[in-house]
Amino acid sequence: MLTGAQILMECLKKEGVDLIFGFPGGAVIDIYDELPKHPIRHILVRHEQAAIHAADGYARASGKVGVCLVTSGPGATNTVTGIATAYMDSIPLVIFTGQVPTHLIGNDAFQEADIVGITRPCTKHNYLVKNVADLAETIKQAFYIARTGRPGPVLIDLPKDVVNATTEFSYPESISIRSYNPNYSPNRKQLRKAAELLAQSSRPVIYAGGGVVSSNSAQELTSLAEQCSLPVTTTLMGLGAFPGDHSLWLGMLGMHGTYTANMAVNNCDLLLSIGARFDDRVTGRISSFASGAKIIHIDIDPTSISKNVVVDVPIVADCKLALVGLLEELGKVSDVDWATRFAPWNESLVEMRSTYPLTYAKEGEWIKPQSVVEKVFALSDGQAIVSTEVGQNQMWAAQFFTYRHPRTLLTSGGLGTMGYGFPAAIGAQLAFPDKLVVDIAGDGSIQMNIQELATAVSYQIPVKIIILNNGFLGMVRQWQELFYKKNYCATCLHTNPDFVALAKAYGAEGFLIEKHEDLEPTLRAAFAHPGPVIVDVRVEPEENVAPMVPAGAALSEMLLV
Amino acid sequence: MRHVLSVLVENEPGVLSRVVGLFSGRGFNIESLNVGPTLDPAVSHMTICTSGDQQIIEQITKQLLKLVTVIKVVDLTEEQAVEREMVLMKVGAEDSKRAEVLRVADIFRCKVVDVSPDDLMLEITGDYNKIRAVVALLQRFGVKEFVRTGTVAMRRSMQLGER
Repeated sequence: MLTGAQILMECLKKEGVDLIFGFPGGAVIDIYDELPKHPIRHILVRHEQAAIHAADGYARASGKVGVCLVTSGPGATNTVTGIATAYMDSIPLVIFTGQVPTHLIGNDAFQEADIVGITRPCTKHNYLVKNVADLAETIKQAFYIARTGRPGPVLIDLPKDVVNATTEFSYPESISIRSYNPNYSPNRKQLRKAAELLAQSSRPVIYAGGGVVSSNSAQELTSLAEQCSLPVTTTLMGLGAFPGDHSLWLGMLGMHGTYTANMAVNNCDLLLSIGARFDDRVTGRISSFASGAKIIHIDIDPTSISKNVVVDVPIVADCKLALVGLLEELGKVSDVDWATRFAPWNESLVEMRSTYPLTYAKEGEWIKPQSVVEKVFALSDGQAIVSTEVGQNQMWAAQFFTYRHPRTLLTSGGLGTMGYGFPAAIGAQLAFPDKLVVDIAGDGSIQMNIQELATAVSYQIPVKIIILNNGFLGMVRQWQELFYKKNYCATCLHTNPDFVALAKAYGAEGFLIEKHEDLEPTLRAAFAHPGPVIVDVRVEPEENVAPMVPAGAALSEMLLV
Repeated sequence: MRHVLSVLVENEPGVLSRVVGLFSGRGFNIESLNVGPTLDPAVSHMTICTSGDQQIIEQITKQLLKLVTVIKVVDLTEEQAVEREMVLMKVGAEDSKRAEVLRVADIFRCKVVDVSPDDLMLEITGDYNKIRAVVALLQRFGVKEFVRTGTVAMRRSMQLGER
């Protein structure tokens, strides 16, 4: 006979979990009592929101399921932002929350919150376990649901009496849920139709998203693009799914995408969307998005298809299987000489790319934030894992770092969660202890989870936080400048802390960069430092992210500013 | 356009809240919702009446199926089906009006289930359009109370093609 707490540990081991992020409390103290007896490393964060972002960063970087454990009530509610972040970006997580004993549920007991009710709309699924006999099966289901189909967070609420109750333990070998059967294999007929459309097109574009990353099909995407000479753009979530230094690469599309990628999509006659969901930040005004194009849409989630745009060839499938299948079908219509057929189109895009590159005014007294990102890329030889906060820092990190491998950019794409980047970097660093992990941050965002310096220091997790410090909530300030007559209401951060002193107060290292000539040597010193580091880079205060498609405008109405 | 969805779900706590939360969270309409057990105690049946264009109905259907606790969704509007709803209605029926109320009730095969000196309680069963017609006709006598079950529906076994 095992207790609920022991069963939880055994299940985690069966699922191959050796690392969890958490924060204890009364409702989970029995689990924490059991934890040290098992080969599962626990990272104690300083705020539950960081536990879930760290588990999320770990999951994005490694491709495994991230796990966290928090207590009831406020412990559970503090994870909600992180759960919603993971849900929007389809990240596989399993979250264990403590709960008051079953006989107290509904009594407004101390530290009670209806977390299953609260997280229903932002989890893929969630459970309240009322009987210890159901615990093992529930955990098995949770991991299965989190990682299969379109991945997502799954929450399990564990009342304290269930954790302490005992039962015989057996872990189910296999699993079948009659109401949950994600479809992986593509429909052959649809693939043939897609291949035929490609063969008939003259201006095709691949528009790939996070689905290519989560299905581990970057290799297949590159093969398809190369074999058929198809130009490629990706969403923010898709960066790294296609080599950013490839000759067929157009850059990211959308609100702050490249001019070339947006014009290519605007002018194409065939759009091949793979694992992307036509988000409003990508499409701009939806009625004008790729309006002259036939659209093929590959996605594992049927609800993503024809949600925002009506598509011509829907393919519900795992991206990898669909790409492999599409390559086979293309082989059957192979009398087409793809390179020659698409040469005029590709040449026009190459020309556009050299006429309208991503750029910025390099001269001036201030350090440019874009140059900091470029320098991080250069000094890391492009091998760093980059996490970002949200706002201008996120867009510059997307634009000026060349991502060549999937799972090297960790960013809150859907929910846009400030405070995500630092804890996510901690999670990624624990997945890859020998890699350089850099959080490109803003002076606003970093303060949303800065307490995690204590976590980084206590475990000596050597993440490098680069603060692009412009003294503003920069992205909102940029909108106020462009669309609200420079009414900088509530966006000036004149009372920022001394970040270097703050880092040192926590026991981390801190560096300040104010002059151009200090940028490279100081970044080198920061990267060489064996522990966690904050680099406070004072950058041009009113630098804008460019180019830009104003909210609600068509991609063709892009401002080059 | 009005659609009647027949939905099979796992009979477990919170399943109704998942379905209703999906409708409210995504801004879909619920015109009526009926839930009850099936012969299998592990499964419940919902009949949801909703409205929207083809794209919205397709999204509703797909989103419902995406819920882990939803087993099956059928849009009965696409098929030939029998649709019924029951209404209990207390209609003013003082002496002067009573005969006329009873006549209308008779025409629509309503049942008189309770009688008082001033009103009659009628039980009315029918499809959406019949209920609309009865209500419209009886309203002029003064409706004192009104409750309805929401639509339930079942697919016909023989799906006859149009002539």
